[in-house]
Amino acid sequence: MWFFILAELLVFGIFFLAYAFARTHNVELFNASQLELDRASGVINTVLLISSSYFVVLAVSRIRRGHSRSCASWLITAMTCGAAFLVLKLSEFSGKIEAGINMSTNTFYMFYLGLGFFHFMHVVLGMIILGAVTLKAWRGGYSAADHAGVETGAAYWHMVDLVWIVLFPLIYILN
Amino acid sequence: MKYQSQMVAKPYFIAAIGLFLGQILFGLIMGLQYVVGDFLFPEIPFNVARMVHTNLLIVWLLFGFMGAAYYLIPEESERELHSPKLAMVMFWIFLAAGVMTILGYLFVPYATLAEMTGNNLLATMGREFLEQPLPTKVGIVVVALAMLYNLSMTVLRGRKTAINLVMLVGLWGLAIFFLFSFYNPGNIVKDKYFWWWVVHLWVEGVWELIMGAMLAFVLIKVTGVDREVIEKWLYVIIAMALITGLIGTGHHYYWIGAPEYWQWWGSVFSALEPIPFFMMTVFAFNMVNRRRREHPNKAAVLWALGTGVMAFLGAGVWGFLHTLAPVNFYTHGSQITAAHGHMAFYGAYVMVVITMISYTMPLMRGRAANSPLAQVVEMWSFWLMTVAMVFITLFLTAAGILQIWLQRISDQPMSFMAAQDQVALFYWLREGAGVIFLIGLLLYIGSFFIKGKAATAD
Repeated sequence: MWFFILAELLVFGIFFLAYAFARTHNVELFNASQLELDRASGVINTVLLISSSYFVVLAVSRIRRGHSRSCASWLITAMTCGAAFLVLKLSEFSGKIEAGINMSTNTFYMFYLGLGFFHFMHVVLGMIILGAVTLKAWRGGYSAADHAGVETGAAYWHMVDLVWIVLFPLIYILN
Repeated sequence: MKYQSQMVAKPYFIAAIGLFLGQILFGLIMGLQYVVGDFLFPEIPFNVARMVHTNLLIVWLLFGFMGAAYYLIPEESERELHSPKLAMVMFWIFLAAGVMTILGYLFVPYATLAEMTGNNLLATMGREFLEQPLPTKVGIVVVALAMLYNLSMTVLRGRKTAINLVMLVGLWGLAIFFLFSFYNPGNIVKDKYFWWWVVHLWVEGVWELIMGAMLAFVLIKVTGVDREVIEKWLYVIIAMALITGLIGTGHHYYWIGAPEYWQWWGSVFSALEPIPFFMMTVFAFNMVNRRRREHPNKAAVLWALGTGVMAFLGAGVWGFLHTLAPVNFYTHGSQITAAHGHMAFYGAYVMVVITMISYTMPLMRGRAANSPLAQVVEMWSFWLMTVAMVFITLFLTAAGILQIWLQRISDQPMSFMAAQDQVALFYWLREGAGVIFLIGLLLYIGSFFIKGKAATAD
């Protein structure tokens, strides 16, 4: 799993560099387009993901003490935040699409929509992973001694969160 | 060999090697036509030689994959093949279809061939690598489906391992993506767009699964390293191959009229495509270093190591050379592409099929390994073919760089044909390397006929 996480970070890292590179060639366009984004929604989403990561930390600490049910409950709380993130993100995207904006509108929107959607799919995958872990935890499949699965799922979720923490200021704010 | 039905692999491998020889002969004819334009004209025009060269490559690799699957799946599933008879019937159908198609290319003008074979009913012909007449394409689908039925039934009723599942998914993917060869939209952008769904998603997608499974299978056998270790590697490699390879399709969409964002997506993802190939190299060397037994078949071990290295160089490094959009803007469709194509196909797919043949053929002929002399000859053929291919690639790369400079970058750009005249020296050198390759291949074929006592572990 660590290998995948590194590989994922590598992909996002290259995209962030590409974004920075593209921006230096087109600062005005990027700044102008950036102002059209819904920052409030971005901030709420950031809070949601950071909170979800905290809940995942709580879930891991619970299973370390052998509390399966409480671990599962915190994971469900984390996933609820994740789901809220997805809903907000979808409404953001649909707003843009209704405004006639797509990946070919300009380079900024190519990155905004492309990277946003790519990250969106990672949140979905992270939710699937957390879902599987929750189900197993609820059934008592993990113990204080053996809970590598929970930690693996948690590591993936933190990666998804980490990417957003870079992505949000980079695309929404940095002017 | 554990199961009698694995023997059906043998005719598949023999046919593969026969067609391989044909491919190389036509490669030499075509290589000469680059510098002696009217060589064998009008009997074998350049476009026909090219079509035969590339189509034979695809068909013989398919024979190799099928043979490998028929050998590997029963052994991994720990049971006899569902229907050896069906596998043999399909072998003859596929061979007949393949031979008829090549004869059709050689003896009937292509337009007439299209007319004769019902291209007016469903137009699928005339596109690079997918030139096959409609009946051949249908035949490929029938043969592939029968094989998938046969293999899937074997796996479903037998043991499921990472290796046979990855192999099966790869073969299913191969069959499914081939269906796009029947989709031939009038819009030339869409045509190219989906054409790559066969070509790219084969060689940079599902074929990598087939390659990974074959390599893992042979490595388990010749090194004795724990299955769990090898399967973990296999999973990571194929996951990386799919992640990078699927969106990496975008590196073909830069200039064909597809949306511009593909220049970014194609560049980033395909820039990572060398990673799975590099991992295959590390994988092969790592497993051989950690081997728990000395397998008497040294030649097979050599091929397994070679395929890792050459696939990384050919597919990984030479692919990366021209995959970034700003670079590809200049290199697109030049001899750089040809250089990459040659080494990638040889390193990844030719060598992995030979690895499999090298490991299984002695077993199917009733011994763990060939005689020491036969193995020495086989290893000579390995070095001759591999070094020759390195030189073919280097000469084509040199030709490509010069071509791009003269034709696309210099102050007074030359026309295509004028630039071709200027790089003729490299074409001659490439032809020379091609002759060495043929000698290597003949030695390889010769090694099957060398008798003697089977080699032992030390």
